[in-house]
Amino acid sequence: MSARERVAGTVANYVDERTGSAKWLKKNLNKVFPDHWSFMLGEIALYSFVILLLSGTFLTFWFDPSMEHVVYKGSYQPLKDVEMSAAYASALNISFDVRGGLLMRQIHHWAALIFMASIVVHLLRVFFTGAFRKPREFNWILGIGLLTLGIVEGFLGYSLPDDLLSGTGVRIAHAIIQAIPVVGTYLSFFAFGGAFPSELFIPRIYVVHILLIPGIMLALITVHLMLVWYQKHTQYPGPGRTEKNVVGYPLMPVYMAKAGGFFFIVFGITALLGATASINPIWLYGPYTPAQVSAGSQPDWYMGWLDGLVRMAPPWETYAFGYTISWNILIPGLIIPGIIFTGMALYPFIESWITGDKREHHILDRPRNVPNRTALGAMSLTFMIVALINGGNDLIATHFDLSINQIMWGTRIGIILLPPLAFVITKRICLSLQRADRELVLHGRETGRLVMLPHGEFVEVHEELTPEKKWLLTQHEQAAPIELELVDQAGVRNPKTFRAKLQARFSAANAEAVAKPTAQDLKQLENEHH
Amino acid sequence: MKFLSKYRRHKFATPMLIVIALSTLGFTFSAATASPAKSELAASAKSTLIAEGKEIFLKGCSSCHGLNGEGASIAPSLIGVGAASVDFQVGTGRMPMADMSQQAMRKAPLYTEEETAALAAYVATLAPGPASITNEEITWERDGSTADGGELFRNNCAMCHNFAGQGGALTKGKYAPTVMGVEPKHIYEAMITGPQAMPVFSDKTITPQEKLSIIKWIKSAESEPNLGGASLGRVGPVTEGLLVWTLGLGLLVAIAVWLTAKSR
Amino acid sequence: MSNELAPLSDPGLPAHVHRKADTDPVAEKRAEQQVAVLFGISAFGTLLFIYSYLFIDTESFVFIPVMGNTNAHQLGLGMGLAIALLGIGFGAVHWAKTLMSDTEVIAERHEMRSEDADRDAFVASVKERSEVAGLGRRSLIKRTLGLSVGLVGISPILLLGDLGPLPGKSLEETSWRKGTRLVTDPGDRPIKPADLEVGAVAQVLPELRPGQKRTLNDIAKDAVLLIRLRPEEFQLDSERLSWTYQGIIAFSKICSHMGCAVALYEQTTKHLLCPCHQSTFDVTRAAKVIFGPSARPLPQLAITVDAEGFLVAQQPFNEAVGPSYWERS
Repeated sequence: MSARERVAGTVANYVDERTGSAKWLKKNLNKVFPDHWSFMLGEIALYSFVILLLSGTFLTFWFDPSMEHVVYKGSYQPLKDVEMSAAYASALNISFDVRGGLLMRQIHHWAALIFMASIVVHLLRVFFTGAFRKPREFNWILGIGLLTLGIVEGFLGYSLPDDLLSGTGVRIAHAIIQAIPVVGTYLSFFAFGGAFPSELFIPRIYVVHILLIPGIMLALITVHLMLVWYQKHTQYPGPGRTEKNVVGYPLMPVYMAKAGGFFFIVFGITALLGATASINPIWLYGPYTPAQVSAGSQPDWYMGWLDGLVRMAPPWETYAFGYTISWNILIPGLIIPGIIFTGMALYPFIESWITGDKREHHILDRPRNVPNRTALGAMSLTFMIVALINGGNDLIATHFDLSINQIMWGTRIGIILLPPLAFVITKRICLSLQRADRELVLHGRETGRLVMLPHGEFVEVHEELTPEKKWLLTQHEQAAPIELELVDQAGVRNPKTFRAKLQARFSAANAEAVAKPTAQDLKQLENEHH
Repeated sequence: MKFLSKYRRHKFATPMLIVIALSTLGFTFSAATASPAKSELAASAKSTLIAEGKEIFLKGCSSCHGLNGEGASIAPSLIGVGAASVDFQVGTGRMPMADMSQQAMRKAPLYTEEETAALAAYVATLAPGPASITNEEITWERDGSTADGGELFRNNCAMCHNFAGQGGALTKGKYAPTVMGVEPKHIYEAMITGPQAMPVFSDKTITPQEKLSIIKWIKSAESEPNLGGASLGRVGPVTEGLLVWTLGLGLLVAIAVWLTAKSR
Repeated sequence: MSNELAPLSDPGLPAHVHRKADTDPVAEKRAEQQVAVLFGISAFGTLLFIYSYLFIDTESFVFIPVMGNTNAHQLGLGMGLAIALLGIGFGAVHWAKTLMSDTEVIAERHEMRSEDADRDAFVASVKERSEVAGLGRRSLIKRTLGLSVGLVGISPILLLGDLGPLPGKSLEETSWRKGTRLVTDPGDRPIKPADLEVGAVAQVLPELRPGQKRTLNDIAKDAVLLIRLRPEEFQLDSERLSWTYQGIIAFSKICSHMGCAVALYEQTTKHLLCPCHQSTFDVTRAAKVIFGPSARPLPQLAITVDAEGFLVAQQPFNEAVGPSYWERS
């Protein structure tokens, strides 16, 4: 036993005698993690969150969340002697008078954008592969919660420097709060400590941004990860992979080295962006005053779809009995996002109701094998992208020689027409891919080689798939639709007729599929050939 | 005037114009030579300039703006726009327009500085208007204040031209152009004349001194190096979002694919 | 379903294929060296970071193609950090990929659901314990507990009461009064009608009374845009026309949609555009909305001139400026 091993043994003994951790560690060092690039997307989000905590802590050392009026005396010449808030002045100070401050500010902001982007792609991966199904519905809801908190956290974060662009964003958020019927005015006065812009808002959102929301997110992320750990990771279908096992690499050392290395890589890429690409150049925006605005005022991308929806909203307001309801703000700003996020959170339960499937699932779906879900995802994504495009309509107009009026009308019509179109097209594509899979299994891969048969006919040589590949293409279930039982066996009418009908209807649409080849099919084919 | 606009594209229109222009010139010349003793040298130089300007005007501008600059359905009247307006529009290449699009674009000027000056002098004779300015006359480097200019710019200009003067969209395909790389005198002239969709900024509401500050701020923004890395066009969060989804996430996903690929 | 009756058979996990580094000592050595080089690059990155922090002046610039003239201090620091981190990251991953065991392992997975015996025992245990606590029997305690917990919950909400003042009528009021002069923003100079040419605009605020200070909260409601047109270009009713002065018309600059500053005035079309959501207002028709999401015209400020000939407000705004809210009538 070497000296090093002896020391390690002593330490391990010390810890285990006090915690009894050896048993747990023994088991968990062998914890198996399946390897797939799409399983790293959530990790990108996790690591960006850590980067955000680190860089954010650095920024708090100098940032002063105060609306006190100061005259700028720092080293950025074009703003010298300009009156501004202490918050803006200290953000400038971090950028220009703290060495590495601008780098950290940029890393913090880039990390925030990467955080949100990776949450979205992670969510899409989980959605399209059906990883949210039992037993993971709760983790899905936690994820939706984290996404929502991330959007709010990001918005509050870029609102803190009190520059012209962020002030405009706060102005709009204020208008959304104020538009809530009955209580909106009171809510806005409570949130802002008075009328807009007020001296209290920035200090308040500072505490929310650096303590309240990160704290909640940290707790949610912990539970999110613990559930992944406890429920064991899902895996893609393939030979040897079943609902009863996990195939992959052990935590120690392979997964640890890869995941640890990946943390440094994510941090490194964020640092690379922070070093080479300017983000949120607040010194160019100038200090906020409500009488000023810049052309092309947009929010960060994860709010862009919301801004796009607000832009395309029809000019509707209702005036009755001395009260005003601003549909032009409520519909795009609260109602549609509310429906989208609630729908997302409830989706696992909706799908399980439609399919009637209450079993556990650990093998992921190939998106083509669940055409309805995939089409629904494509539809939602199309909706978001159209809204996002309208959120940047002014820049699109100037850069592609279009008119904002054209783009606005295009997206107004597009947001109604394109999502259903995307649904239909995606569903058709999925079914075609299923058909292609079936052909592949039955007739093999087309090689492109032509062979002349003895009697002169030309045929293309088809190469038979390997058993592994055949298994991959046929392992999925093709569930039958739920039969509608209007009258039960005793002849009593089903009391929940409407719900049952609806369920049967959805279930039938959901079960539409190209029959996958069976062993009999293959056997039959083989007999025909010989 | 319908008659003229109707026949302005007639195949004899150009020869006719030249005849008219020449005869006008001849008339002016004969009028000028009729009493040489009375005219001073400067005045005669000025009148030659005006005459030269009129000649250019008739050749290059009158088909749209009318023979006497009175305007037509396709082009506004030039009476009273002043030399400043001509210097801006022609000096930045906006006039003559290349096509009948929404808006005249900045391009390489068609006329030389002398020709532009002559045109300006002629248009100034139609009715009094703001005089043109030379770069030397506007002492923005000496008299402007960058900080004041920034505040004025954000208050009066940024809503159309963007916070960093990069330009922005207006309604129905019109746009506010970038103010980067524009000659100081042209910026000044634009403010006092309000070319195209741009409104006028009167000397009483934004004093000449304040206008110099605005120019100084624009010039400072123009020469400002990239303090935080590639500027991404200085147009706000849209390009930042684009970069994060392409380069940022693209790189990370590519690395994730490499990371999980089986090594051989 | 017939399909489910006879699925194809699972051929099982494919055989493990060895990597080059597993069998070839040369390849193994090479992989080891590659990892070492990557870690070495990382060390170089940290040195660059330290050097940039200590020795590159924060005011020095360097020209980089594509990026343009860039701050050398910031670039050196950032690139140093990026190289240091990426070196470690790529090194560790390369190490794991090429040198650590790549044999896939299989772990069993069990259903989340507990065994029936455990579930029954749990239910029995809970029942027994609640029996001990007497929750089922002592309904008086249960009810009063519910009441008191519910009431305690109210207190933190009540404590939030001082977060802000009540709105009252404050949203309807601005600093504009009868006779308040319009002054330039910035500059605070009063304006005479002759100061504005046709086609001119001016950003204005109400003149400060002596000793008064202007806060952002004031500006958020008071900002006004002055525009001069030819009087014959207006298509206004007689009242609104009387609110203009010699072709000069004044509108609240705060958008009636979401409160951005609306000041993109197109002299040619006489349209005002809000850059935030592209609501478009027709100045000649009292800022009627002709495009975009805003539902109301911008409030018009009635103006005239005072004895000294300066532009003043005839009266306060006759409606609340800015975005809509529930109580707005």
